[in-house]
Amino acid sequence: MAAIIEVRDLCHTYSVGTPFEHDAIKHMDFTVEKGEFLGVIGHTGSGKSTLIQHLNGLLKPTCGDVLLGGESIWKDKQTTRRARFRVGLVFQYPEYQLFEDTVFEDIAFGPKNMGLDAAQVKQRVLRAAEFAGVKASSLEKSPFDLSGGQKRRVAIAGVIAMEPEIVIFDEPTAGLDPAARASLLDNISTYQKATGATVLMVSHSMDDVAVMADRLLVLNEGQIEMLGTPAQIFAKAERLQSIGLTVPQVTSLFLRLKELGLPVDPATYTVDAALKQLLRLKGGA
Amino acid sequence: MGNAISVQDLHFSYPPQNGGAPYPVFDGLDVNIEEGSFVAVLGHNGSGKSTLAKHCNAILLPEGGSVQVFGMDTADEAQLLEIRRTVGMVFQNPDNQMVANVVEEDVAFAPENLGVPSEEIRKRVDDALKTVGMYDYRSHAPHLLSGGQKQRIAIAGVIAMQPRCIVLDEPTAMLDPHGREDVIRTIETLNRENGITVVLITHHMTEAIRADRVIVMQEGRILTDGTPKEVFTQVELLRSAGLEVPATTQIIYELNKAGLSLPLDALSTEECAHVLYETLKT
Repeated sequence: MAAIIEVRDLCHTYSVGTPFEHDAIKHMDFTVEKGEFLGVIGHTGSGKSTLIQHLNGLLKPTCGDVLLGGESIWKDKQTTRRARFRVGLVFQYPEYQLFEDTVFEDIAFGPKNMGLDAAQVKQRVLRAAEFAGVKASSLEKSPFDLSGGQKRRVAIAGVIAMEPEIVIFDEPTAGLDPAARASLLDNISTYQKATGATVLMVSHSMDDVAVMADRLLVLNEGQIEMLGTPAQIFAKAERLQSIGLTVPQVTSLFLRLKELGLPVDPATYTVDAALKQLLRLKGGA
Repeated sequence: MGNAISVQDLHFSYPPQNGGAPYPVFDGLDVNIEEGSFVAVLGHNGSGKSTLAKHCNAILLPEGGSVQVFGMDTADEAQLLEIRRTVGMVFQNPDNQMVANVVEEDVAFAPENLGVPSEEIRKRVDDALKTVGMYDYRSHAPHLLSGGQKQRIAIAGVIAMQPRCIVLDEPTAMLDPHGREDVIRTIETLNRENGITVVLITHHMTEAIRADRVIVMQEGRILTDGTPKEVFTQVELLRSAGLEVPATTQIIYELNKAGLSLPLDALSTEECAHVLYETLKT
């Protein structure tokens, strides 16, 4: 696989020269492969949000660089502008960013700005609405008459209507109930499989990223603490706990079982994988 | 002990929007919250949880039936101030609940409005901040605090009114695991040590497990009501209501289907680990 995003020696300092000067990101290096699903985790203040705002040029690095397809996004103005379309960013609580008269117009805002003609815009809006799970019957409604969950889906459709190569979701399921959460994650997963887009998802929910992501990037105090597959990461549950993160409940259960002396793999993080191992033990017992 | 909140035959619907029909929520709901208890209310969006919460301190008034708060009828306007003082509310978004530029002024806002003498306010603010573990931050600016810290300031603002009951509507939904734990621990302290009745509306099963009693709502009705162990062992009922069960319960439930007979009420990680270990060790 080829690298699509390369983060090279990235630093970001807020409020330089004031008493509030703060190093949010300190010399970070990593690459994201084309088509992968990368989960980004870390406690509040670990630098997650600052990092993702660098990936489409909303924040300018204090030092270091961000490369998109091998090219610095800061090469010239056009490249920076292009990066904003190539990398779609879905902020936390994106439902507060809706502003148009109708859902259709809101989703169409991005594609229109890209200079597409009306037919292309319409095609993209319908496709994005479907991916994001926006009901077709809602398209002519005011976005402000929708439920919170539907509003969030409209905001997500607005980003994917630009057909970005990379989509970054910042806490997409925050505040949703379990059924809505599962359904939205399912939409994101379907979208990625259908389009081959690269997806980054920032989350506090270990249970969500554990199931969805190919690899996890764990941040702590502006630095990379770990980068690896969920199994590799959750095998280091104690280190995660020491930096203020929790592990999925299944993982903490299996850590305890291992401690008690059962021959189980403590890097287990899904109920299905847990059952497989326990049933094997039961068969052997 | 008596009831902190007593809801009898509650009827309520939201007024029509854009010329549509009214949106009915409750069609004869009965529920009592005992004084001094810690009750978690679960249910998916639209089940009526928040609407119920807003009836607990007269933000919403019944269309039919009644809501009594420590014996006061919420429909009695003469008692409105006393009701609001008796039942404090904490909402989901901490940013919408901050009114001042300094933490201690924010906490003092409610007692100031209640006309409490200033010496007494000083004491109440200090006590409230100590209770939520935020005393060291009393002269900080609220907007520079983390979500969990802001939510504890919001709770301090409520307890400075010295309410007998606090209703929290998804207070941890916007917080990270750390902030969530801090807030839940604060709520437990208020209930166990200060004897304040707590009604916690949440989506998180791990939080509901810590309550004395869990009420599951669906479409304006009570689907099930009991201790956490009684409620979470009803795996199929909860799933049908669009709710998740804890991973521990899921594992035991599936193993029992495969022929084991393990107690479904081993809810905590520790209990579940021991049950599994005892059964599977060789």
